[in-house]
Amino acid sequence: MISKGKFGKYGGVFVPELLIPALEELETAYLKYKDDEKFNEELNYYLKEFAGRPTALYYAENLSEKLGCKIYLKREDMLHTGAHKINNTLGQGLLAKYMGKTRLIAETGAGQHGIATAVVGALLRIPTEVYMGSEDVERQKLNVFRMELSDGVVLPVESGSRTLKDAINEAMRDWITNLDTTYYLIGSTMGPHPYPTMVKYFQSIIGRETKKQIMEKEGRLPDTIMACVGGGSNSLGIFSEFIGDEEVELIGVEGGGDGIETPRTGATLTMGTEGVLHGSLSYVLQNDDGQINEAHSVSAGLDYPGVGPEHAYLKDRGRATYDAVTDKEALEGFKLLSETEGIIPALESAHAIAYAKKYAEKEDNKGKIIIVNLSGRGDKDMDLVAREMSVEI
Amino acid sequence: MSHIESYQEMFQRVKDKGEGAFIPFVVVGDPDFETGLEIVKTYVDNGADALELGFPFSDPIADGPTVQSADVRSLNVGMTTRRGFEFIKRIREFTDIPIGLLVYYNLIYKMGADEFYKAAKESGLNGILAADLPPEEAEVLLDTADKYGLDQIFMAAQTTSNERLKKITEMCGGFLYVVAVMGVTGARSELADTTVELVSRVRSHSDLPLAVGFGISRGEHVRNVLDAGSDGAIVASALLNIIEENLENKEVMLTKIGSFCRELKEATRK
Repeated sequence: MISKGKFGKYGGVFVPELLIPALEELETAYLKYKDDEKFNEELNYYLKEFAGRPTALYYAENLSEKLGCKIYLKREDMLHTGAHKINNTLGQGLLAKYMGKTRLIAETGAGQHGIATAVVGALLRIPTEVYMGSEDVERQKLNVFRMELSDGVVLPVESGSRTLKDAINEAMRDWITNLDTTYYLIGSTMGPHPYPTMVKYFQSIIGRETKKQIMEKEGRLPDTIMACVGGGSNSLGIFSEFIGDEEVELIGVEGGGDGIETPRTGATLTMGTEGVLHGSLSYVLQNDDGQINEAHSVSAGLDYPGVGPEHAYLKDRGRATYDAVTDKEALEGFKLLSETEGIIPALESAHAIAYAKKYAEKEDNKGKIIIVNLSGRGDKDMDLVAREMSVEI
Repeated sequence: MSHIESYQEMFQRVKDKGEGAFIPFVVVGDPDFETGLEIVKTYVDNGADALELGFPFSDPIADGPTVQSADVRSLNVGMTTRRGFEFIKRIREFTDIPIGLLVYYNLIYKMGADEFYKAAKESGLNGILAADLPPEEAEVLLDTADKYGLDQIFMAAQTTSNERLKKITEMCGGFLYVVAVMGVTGARSELADTTVELVSRVRSHSDLPLAVGFGISRGEHVRNVLDAGSDGAIVASALLNIIEENLENKEVMLTKIGSFCRELKEATRK
């Protein structure tokens, strides 16, 4: 490898020997094309014309008034397919095309990354197969159908807990078996090097736009940026441009599930310990022996017992702080934004909204300029939220 | 405990007899602690020249469904890292042949390398291979392995370049584990031509003893990899399938394992 892909002690390439040459090939291609004029021209074209960038930085006036802060929303929810995931799948999908790969595979939890991969597969005419835990297939039938409509093949995974982490295991096994033809399109800032670095790079467009937009609107940097953290790609995407601006507070909000003091939580950075999962050293939810626990969150996108290694590094060096909100609080955040602004957020993003409310309630934080990364929209969560609210639709 | 045979001694012993090494694999405590020990005893009594043991892991990315199912069975009966080492101690009550451990790195990381290797040595292990720890990340373990006199074993695969092979050979102790297939563990009916080519290529770049694993499921596979220049063959999933298929009848399970082991061992004799 050209780089060891370390963030402090975190990150790395903890994979079977078979995969190392494939990661080397990927790293080389990534470094070559990320600065390639033609590649960038094509990527920027699709980001604009296909995905709908740039997204607005919307001043949420009603919410601001209610909470006593100036709250801006980065509207990644307005992108094609409904979430920030498309930024990364367009980047990596094009990379796969430039590398001459003829098959895309991906893992998905709720289905958002699976859909974003399937549509890029359709766009670039690369056959796409998506691994999804059978438990999630059952819970997210609508998204399975959406993937299939875009000509993606959904492969249900029956092993382990039959959720996201098992889908990742299965996608890695597929990749190990089909290295010549297949590109493994990882959906978050996790996995072995170069994925954490590369996915952040493709998502950093969120932060670049945000910085420009806030300077235009406010003439200064924000006080605080908040984003939800599952694997960590929307949060790193918006944080990346501000990491060097020490005066900007960066807060990652994890899925607390039933509560961080319970075993039913997805709060990896808040409650986890150092460990190696899916190719990198980071924080993980695990038992005393190092067996990985099952995570829990009402939002499938935050329901993962690992987290991207750069977040572990940002946490340890105190550059970003991480906290969790419970399922219940997230549902309140979901309703709050829907009612005050007429914007229905994804349950993942609703965690960041719920946290913004708690944050704004503190006297010290009154009047601050806060940016919340609204990573996705809530259409996908209608069934679940209706059930939680005991509403029949 | 009498003298524990080293890998070097074992490979020499079988070579002197004009044979190759037969190395069966099992996940510790599969399907339960005591039956697992009986399975290992059956391996030893029916021709095993060395043993390869796996500690179960919740997320075994290098393994196919057969080994993962064995991991689940073992975890479900309460296997832990500490009990895994107890299991190995119990094996040492009846055999001195080399025992290698195949493990996912997080189990080592969580316990701490020093403590893990110390416990490994005390249990009577010869060597450790971490399936998800390539040479890039393994430097930190080499000193620890040395400190406790354990062999740190590495894998070579079809994708491994000759240049990498050189580096791996320099770091590797005991024997080099040659991954026969492009893929994960699991029984296969055919041995690929590329496996034979890989063994020849590795043979020409390394003086270490070679043992080939992944997909070695029949006597003829064993024979073919030995003919290609390997010193031993590791058989895992084909044996674990016998366990899985006979969970309800231990006697039948052990009888079938015994006769299959004799068949595999026979194939190592010219």
